[in-house]
Amino acid sequence: MPELLIVCPAIIFLAGFFAPLLKNVVGERAGYVLSLAPFSALALLLSQSGYVSSGEGLYYSFEWFSALGGSIDMRLDGLSFLMSALVTGIGGIIVIYTQGYMHGHPQLGRFYLYLLAFMASMVGLVLADNLILLFIFWELTSITSYLLIGFNHESKEARWKALQALLVTGLGAMAMLAGFILLAQVTDTWKISEINNLGDLVRSSPLYTGIVILVLAGAFTKSAQVPFHFWLPNAMAGPTPVSAFLHSATMVKAGVFLMALLTPALGGTELWGYTLSIFGSVTLLLAMFLGLFQKDVKAILAYTTLGVLGILTLLLGIGSAYAIKAMVVFLIGHALYKATLFLVVGSIDHETGTRDVTLLRGLRKLMPITAIAGGLAAFSMSGLPPFFGFIGKELIYKAGVQLDGLEIAFLIAAFFGNLVMMGLALKAGVGPFFGKPNYEALPKKPHEAPFTMWIGPIVLAVSGLAIGIAPFWVSEFMVAPAVAAIRGTELVHLDLALWELVKPNLPLLLSGMTVLGGFFVFLNRALFWAVADRVLAKIRPYGAEAMYERIFSAMVGFSKWQTAKLQTGRLHDYVFFIVGTTTVLIGWILLRSMDGIPTIQTAQFDFWIAGLVALMGVAALCATISKRYFLILGALGTIGFGIALLFAYYGAPDLAITQLMVEALTVVLFMFVICGLPAIRGFSGPWTKGRDALLAGSFGLIVALLAWLAVDLQFAPTISDTLAATSYPEAKGKNVVNVILVDFRALDTFGETTVVAAAALGIAALMSSRRIFKPKTEREAP
Amino acid sequence: MKWFVLSQTGRTLFPWLLILSLIVLYRGHNLPGGGFIGGLLGATAFILVGLGDGMAAARQRLRMDPVTVLGIGLGVAVLSGLPGLFGEEKSYFVDQWLPDFTLPLLGEIHIGTPLIFDVGVYIVVMGFVLHTVFSLDYLAQTDSRDKLEEDEKMKGGAD
Repeated sequence: MPELLIVCPAIIFLAGFFAPLLKNVVGERAGYVLSLAPFSALALLLSQSGYVSSGEGLYYSFEWFSALGGSIDMRLDGLSFLMSALVTGIGGIIVIYTQGYMHGHPQLGRFYLYLLAFMASMVGLVLADNLILLFIFWELTSITSYLLIGFNHESKEARWKALQALLVTGLGAMAMLAGFILLAQVTDTWKISEINNLGDLVRSSPLYTGIVILVLAGAFTKSAQVPFHFWLPNAMAGPTPVSAFLHSATMVKAGVFLMALLTPALGGTELWGYTLSIFGSVTLLLAMFLGLFQKDVKAILAYTTLGVLGILTLLLGIGSAYAIKAMVVFLIGHALYKATLFLVVGSIDHETGTRDVTLLRGLRKLMPITAIAGGLAAFSMSGLPPFFGFIGKELIYKAGVQLDGLEIAFLIAAFFGNLVMMGLALKAGVGPFFGKPNYEALPKKPHEAPFTMWIGPIVLAVSGLAIGIAPFWVSEFMVAPAVAAIRGTELVHLDLALWELVKPNLPLLLSGMTVLGGFFVFLNRALFWAVADRVLAKIRPYGAEAMYERIFSAMVGFSKWQTAKLQTGRLHDYVFFIVGTTTVLIGWILLRSMDGIPTIQTAQFDFWIAGLVALMGVAALCATISKRYFLILGALGTIGFGIALLFAYYGAPDLAITQLMVEALTVVLFMFVICGLPAIRGFSGPWTKGRDALLAGSFGLIVALLAWLAVDLQFAPTISDTLAATSYPEAKGKNVVNVILVDFRALDTFGETTVVAAAALGIAALMSSRRIFKPKTEREAP
Repeated sequence: MKWFVLSQTGRTLFPWLLILSLIVLYRGHNLPGGGFIGGLLGATAFILVGLGDGMAAARQRLRMDPVTVLGIGLGVAVLSGLPGLFGEEKSYFVDQWLPDFTLPLLGEIHIGTPLIFDVGVYIVVMGFVLHTVFSLDYLAQTDSRDKLEEDEKMKGGAD
């Protein structure tokens, strides 16, 4: 049933929409009810697994605005099945966890709304089969995650970090959109499944390099690759369920997902492979280096997440069969153990009041269930058998030993990355529970977390163990279809059995060395913490975040500077800028497009008209130099009525009448204010006056020249004849001007009418705020 | 101080100017005229009364806030587009005509959505001009410097 592809995100969106209401009706237990939405979406998806494991896929299409390429195309294949199952499954658990974690929070309903809206966007993102639709969901995840990171909106720091994540990912998304547009131009379709069949066309296109760079800009910012990695650890400012869900299991994977999704179209070249591998390895190593010095458990986990994103990108870059297999297995394993660890940290934080690893010790006696979950997850993350993480790590080494030449560097990077990651895993998941207790040093007296907060971690941790022992549960069902989708090949049988991997060969040796090294790092953890503050303070000025801050403040500074220059608050300056810009731009275009001096149209130019024009010229001069309001008003009126006469004379009665009415009303309006105005005084010096005169003169010349040329310049066939001919038969009106206004171009007229209304509201606003803007001198007058 | 002649002129011309403005509005589709000019003319009727008897009198004749008038005009203009949605395949924003009929004195009458749209424009323009004029008049009445200072003083005394 293809419709369920749209139903899945829709039910989660709906649940989010009603969450605040539900929370008010049901109270604290709303979490149980709301978790039904993601769980039922998961059930719906699993019910379709037949389509996926057969390699056939499920497609849904709904025409939306097809003229622009945006139609609601959705697809369930191996990759999207895997991702959507992870998002909905972990999502449901997070919703239940939230109920305990945010217990008693006054804005719990709002939190559910954001969380479920994010979840739905994420499901939509992984199911989308249309570039535009994917982009829309992509941006929705950015916006909802902004709201979630900044959920503690009273904290300035949280707001700043949320904004940072939004700006970095949003900027990348803009580049990505440009890449999508190029991609659609090359392939002439917006459907991702069709684009993936046209890989050769894309790769041979001259736009290929540009497409890769732009799309990767989006993927790298979203998946926090170097040099955009800094926003991810900062995003930990959000509540812990957010970190667990967005910043480990789902959103940050969106970038990796996108790269995997477009691999059949873009992958397979050296540019793609090396870019991904190099950025992935650098991200991995940098994250592990910085992670060593972290003392906040959540920060440690954030840096390991960064490292995992690096590994996944690296594996996609290597792109061999083993590498892709390793990538899929690693992705599943990571989602399970990292979500668990974040939730465990959330429970520890909730029950002890701190996340400082140097304080947390010996909690296993008081929080046994949480300790079990944390330990299991840490072992899986360490890559110890028989956990699922072990299979992932083995596959990475298997892919790695196939490399040769300089590419061995990637294997070395992966080795060191895994080694440190194991140390960090033990630090975060095991360290807090062992050792001599020091409960007195903790801000709160610890006790076991409530049911809602331990059930989720334990379920996730145990499933990581279960599919490690029995990998065939997921290999045919999830892993193989996903690998086939990424590689763009037919389904192949995968051998993931644990005993297959435990053979005395190089990968196993590397694995053993990783474990030893990881323990070494774990045991010597205090050494790194001792120097942490000094080291971090030293490298910070050279980091990417410092660069971001410099660029950010430079942009704000520039904005302030140019606002102060342009928006001076003086009417004189505004007029000068507007008229000046118009003159320069139009003048430039005119001079460029003019070839030779155009002929003067002398038809119907007689003595009376010449006299009228001369009179208007005198009036204009008079209005400029006079210092008496009545004289100026009279002169302006003369010009206006003169123009009306010209209109009438040259056969534009509508314009003439309108001009007359406007002139009359202007005079009347002036009469009201003229008595209240102060006498005209000279504020400008001779230089300013000269400058203004020059500008005014050239503006007048340009306009005159434009009008003169307009008769000859014809860019396109004129439509006035067509309009005149169709006016009566089609619109039943003989007055063409009116027919254009109210029928042919009625929408334009409506827009203008709206502008008039907006101007009136502006006047109303000016009237009511008059006192605020009263000049200072006046306010100080006695 | 009222100027008798102006006051009487305003009062006498008021209905005729309004009727004239409506005629200009109606004939716009075939002859010079239309909603914009009609609206300006209609506003003139009120302004003339205002010049003679004071703007308060003009405001009273309008019976409602000019901004409300403006809103009604926008609404009429929007609604005139609706029949087009249900009409035949015509793609124009507004193009729905009732069958022509003849009235005594006025001759053949055409009524259609373009006319309704033009009525909307008429009302918006009239509302805009009157709003501007009333506002300026209010300024002129209250903005003399001593008046402001007086207000300030009264405010200061109340504090």
